[in-house]
Amino acid sequence: MKKPIISFRNVVKSYDDDVPVLKKVSFDIEEGKFYTLLGPSGCGKTTILRMIAGFSEPTAGDIYFEGKRINNVPANKRQVNTVFQDYALFPHMNVFENIAFGLKIKKTPKEEIAVKVKEALRLVQLAGYEKRGISEMSGGQRQRVAIARAIVNEPKILLLDEPLSALDHKLRLNMQYELRELQQRLGITFIFVTHDQEEALAMSDEIFVLNNGNIVQSGTPVDIYDEPINHYVADFIGESNIVDGIMIKDNLVKFAGKEFKCVDEGMRPNEPVEVVIRPEDLDLTSIEAGKLKVKVETQLFRGVHYEIVCHDEMENEWIVHSTKKAQVGREIGLDFDPEDIHVMRFNESEAEFDARLESYDD
Amino acid sequence: MKKYNTLLAVPYFMWLIFFVLAPVLLVVGYSFFDQNGHFTLANYAEYFSSGKYLLMTFNSVWYALLITVITLVISYPTAYFLTKLKHKDLWLLLIILPTWINLLLKAYAFIGIFGVHGGLNSFLGFFGILPKQLLFTDFSFLVVAVYIQLPFMIIPLLNALDELPASFIAASKDLGASATQTFFKVVFPLSLNGVKSGVQAVFIPSLSLFMLTRLIGGNRVITLGTAIEEHFMVTQNWGKGATIGVVLILAMIVVMIFTGEKKVGGKK
Repeated sequence: MKKPIISFRNVVKSYDDDVPVLKKVSFDIEEGKFYTLLGPSGCGKTTILRMIAGFSEPTAGDIYFEGKRINNVPANKRQVNTVFQDYALFPHMNVFENIAFGLKIKKTPKEEIAVKVKEALRLVQLAGYEKRGISEMSGGQRQRVAIARAIVNEPKILLLDEPLSALDHKLRLNMQYELRELQQRLGITFIFVTHDQEEALAMSDEIFVLNNGNIVQSGTPVDIYDEPINHYVADFIGESNIVDGIMIKDNLVKFAGKEFKCVDEGMRPNEPVEVVIRPEDLDLTSIEAGKLKVKVETQLFRGVHYEIVCHDEMENEWIVHSTKKAQVGREIGLDFDPEDIHVMRFNESEAEFDARLESYDD
Repeated sequence: MKKYNTLLAVPYFMWLIFFVLAPVLLVVGYSFFDQNGHFTLANYAEYFSSGKYLLMTFNSVWYALLITVITLVISYPTAYFLTKLKHKDLWLLLIILPTWINLLLKAYAFIGIFGVHGGLNSFLGFFGILPKQLLFTDFSFLVVAVYIQLPFMIIPLLNALDELPASFIAASKDLGASATQTFFKVVFPLSLNGVKSGVQAVFIPSLSLFMLTRLIGGNRVITLGTAIEEHFMVTQNWGKGATIGVVLILAMIVVMIFTGEKKVGGKK
């Protein structure tokens, strides 16, 4: 593992005497990767971002930047720049003046500023917009100016605080590609905060899923999607069918009244567990060919697929995403493979979870 | 719908015609007549050729300027501090409260405080300082005028500073600016509209202060406001009084033009 650029060690943040917004959080961030802090509002993701930026100090614990403790280093002395949620572009300055702000503060020579601003505008595809007023620009353009204003300072880390949340859907998708590309071209660390799991999955090298001031799970988008650690993560990342089950023994799990082969190991015999099957992993088939017999309750056309909601005989709900159409009220069969089943233990910590996966994953 | 709107506008236009337009026209009209009711330009000729009136004009502008600058210097940090407080509305109310009290009452209260046997002198007496003549000095006139005008400066400043998004300040620091740099490059330029409204609200009324000049200033400071009062009430020379009024109105228009709200960088 490379030397981390940012490390949090047991960082706690609390305001007044309230319940802490961050509870002993520790993690490392490597140079040159795209990180996403993902969680619902109030989970502590923005607090982490503000502490990296220097707008907020930890109540307890330490923050290191390239190995040096930076708890008390003020924001204007950090090699970190932020793209704010509302962009925070200065309305009394034009595009050029906004982008040049940081360079002017650093007393960069005029000619150099002109060159750098031009290059930054080119990177965000706004070449020639120097003289524009901020109010004359659209939301998407402001977004780009905000990014240019941050990257022109050549920060070691770029922090992005839900920067896409104010854009419409199509623009948001475009910006996801652009941000990812920009990060790879610049090669600097991006830390992106969002509550949108699709954004997180599409852009990140590494995702931290947060809940109630804790990091619940961290890993690549594929890891987190395919092997969520618990109910919360499975539910938050993508859509899931989560049912109660019993782990009979390694590679055999019982749910919906039947026993199924699976690929999970390392639990106690007959341990109560939760079983996750993603809606897109369920296939519609005939009752005879299906592993589960279900009755179709509702069907919704979603464009790419149909979203079909069914109930089995044990009254478990199953959501199916299928390009095939089903008939509401009919009984049908659902088929899936052993690999599609993911078994989760109750109250397993991330360390235990990783160790267990390690023991049989090769 | 449109008809209703027109009806709703009636009281406003009546008010405008009878209490704004008509008096102004009357004042302008009177300024062209002498005491015997003959049309004349002598009032203006005398005003602009007499050193006495020009000195009064200068005095008015000078004291209004002093009052404005002092209130601004006190109000800006005050307003900035107030935006950081939790119970902003309560503190704001405390600032507005004195404006509800009659001006005359406040002026008399200050006479009590500044008098030779008043509160301030007896307080200074504790430190062995002999009673001083505080009342009827420039100093006391400025103190009272500033005291009376403060709320009118603080309120627009507070509004302007309060509207400033916290993220602007964060962004400035994020880009490497110190607190001082942030203030001069971001906070102050963006609160300029508040400063302008405050200056308008203080400077223009200060131009024509007259009661304070007598009660607190002891007529040592003779401003145009005092002169108008003299002409209308004492010498009964309405034409001259009206001329000064017209000059004041023109001065106010000039101030309005200079402090008018310009679009800052195209804020929408």
